[in-house]
Amino acid sequence: MSTLEKDKILLEGIAAEDKDCIEQLYKQHYNMVQTMVIANAGSKDDAADLFQETVIVLFEKVKTGHFELTSLLKTFIYSVARRLWLKKLQQQQRYTSQPDGLEEIIPVEDEIEQHLKIQNDFVIMESAMNKIGEPCKSLLQAYYLQKKHMNVIAQEFGYTNANNAKTQKYKCLVRLKKLFFAQYKNTD
Amino acid sequence: MEDTLLMDAAERFARGEMSAEEKIYFEDLRKNNPELDQAVVEQLFFLNQLDNYSSTKNFKSIVGEVENKLIAEKFLSRSTPQSNGRIVQLWHRYKKDIAVAASIAGIVSIFVGTIVSSVTKDGDKNIKPLVEKLNAQEKKTRKIETQLNQLQAGGINTIPVKEKLDARFRATGFMIDATNNYIVTNAHVVKQAAHHLIVENIKGVEFDATAVYVNVDQDLAIIKITDSSFKRLPALPYSVRKSGANLGESIFLMGYPKAEIVYGEGYVSARNGYKMDSTFCQISTSANEGNSGSPVISKNGDLIGVITSKETDATGVVFAIKSAYIYKAINEVKKQKDDEKIKITSAPSLKGLDRETQIKKMEGYVFMIKGN
Repeated sequence: MSTLEKDKILLEGIAAEDKDCIEQLYKQHYNMVQTMVIANAGSKDDAADLFQETVIVLFEKVKTGHFELTSLLKTFIYSVARRLWLKKLQQQQRYTSQPDGLEEIIPVEDEIEQHLKIQNDFVIMESAMNKIGEPCKSLLQAYYLQKKHMNVIAQEFGYTNANNAKTQKYKCLVRLKKLFFAQYKNTD
Repeated sequence: MEDTLLMDAAERFARGEMSAEEKIYFEDLRKNNPELDQAVVEQLFFLNQLDNYSSTKNFKSIVGEVENKLIAEKFLSRSTPQSNGRIVQLWHRYKKDIAVAASIAGIVSIFVGTIVSSVTKDGDKNIKPLVEKLNAQEKKTRKIETQLNQLQAGGINTIPVKEKLDARFRATGFMIDATNNYIVTNAHVVKQAAHHLIVENIKGVEFDATAVYVNVDQDLAIIKITDSSFKRLPALPYSVRKSGANLGESIFLMGYPKAEIVYGEGYVSARNGYKMDSTFCQISTSANEGNSGSPVISKNGDLIGVITSKETDATGVVFAIKSAYIYKAINEVKKQKDDEKIKITSAPSLKGLDRETQIKKMEGYVFMIKGN
């Protein structure tokens, strides 16, 4: 099997949130990213953080369903990691130029921009989630994150029927929405 | 339409759970009621946000699990344990000494990091690079054998080949005190060596070394060969210049951007370094990863600088620490330790020679710096 074919299978696994595939990704490419980070004033912890973020960027891309790998996955990962690392260094005004390495790189500006937007939204939603309090938080997470059925939720939370649970869920959703947009519109 | 009703409708609409009839009715309602349409759009947007949030959150926790497993397997390490939601704020805690930052600002350190995969029992892929490495080493051993005779003639004694270090990086250094075996390289090179610091001579023989002086601001380091098997070299064939480099002066350099010594030429293109840093001068040449610590030599055999970095946005813009700072470093070493004997003893013998002869005389004094 060619590397490109192997990469493609791995990507499908990432889209399916398959643990083994994620592990493969680490095994194949983690050392490369760590070397780059350490060569450019970072620590092992930074490398671990950066690789996580890179995997998430990859996930965001494959999740859209129209991600065509135009290079080796290795190159994509290296390019994203390098770009993200540069951003971190810039944020601390520690760098005005680009970290360099031996690896080939491809432009990933759009991916990074998209990723930062998603992460920004994520932070806002997370903060809204943390503000709504219980039982709203658990209720919404059970439904939207854990994708539990309303009947199951009703039972777990002690509502007499699914309809009552649903009504409560919508009330919570209204509150979450308010908190979310209050923050979201501020940052936009 | 009540809020909850609207939310329910929007949710079922977004998930394609509406019947065809209901869908037509719902869309019709939106068309004729801008206010409601606006509310639906907002709700759909919000649900989409919530979906993205959920999927990112779930994925992050899966990645976290994988990472924990790999930490348990010692494939990767963290000094602080991971907690949930850490990724988003990870950079806030990131604070490092500014000195390092200053030394890399805008430029990139030139050294090679070799990826050494760890061997795990189930990962075939992880074994492959090591096989390649071994092959490369075999070649090298053969090369050493062929070089042995040739170098013996040059008066340099041969040393039995020891087991090679599993190095993580490669850079360059050069002898500054041949009597007491001191070598100059970059601070950023020495800082890479967490466990072992090794120097390798032109014949490919490794010797243990320790750092005796590291100055991050000037990116200069002095290391000492501590290996008893190292045989002293004759006095340096080059002198170390105390004054600055002359603009336009032609230079040459030798270093280890690859596993064997590489020669390069260039000229002094500016008196100061990156952002007018007067510690450095600017050289127009090609230098690559692994060239960090390479000596910059004038055509008459004066050492005028130590390669440290290159600008990434431009080609052929390389920075070298001015040689005067080597004297300062040596004085610092003397101050630090009274019993430390270090001095530059050179018997300049390069002047007037053709380049090939200069290189032959010099190459024994340029070392590969490795470590892990």
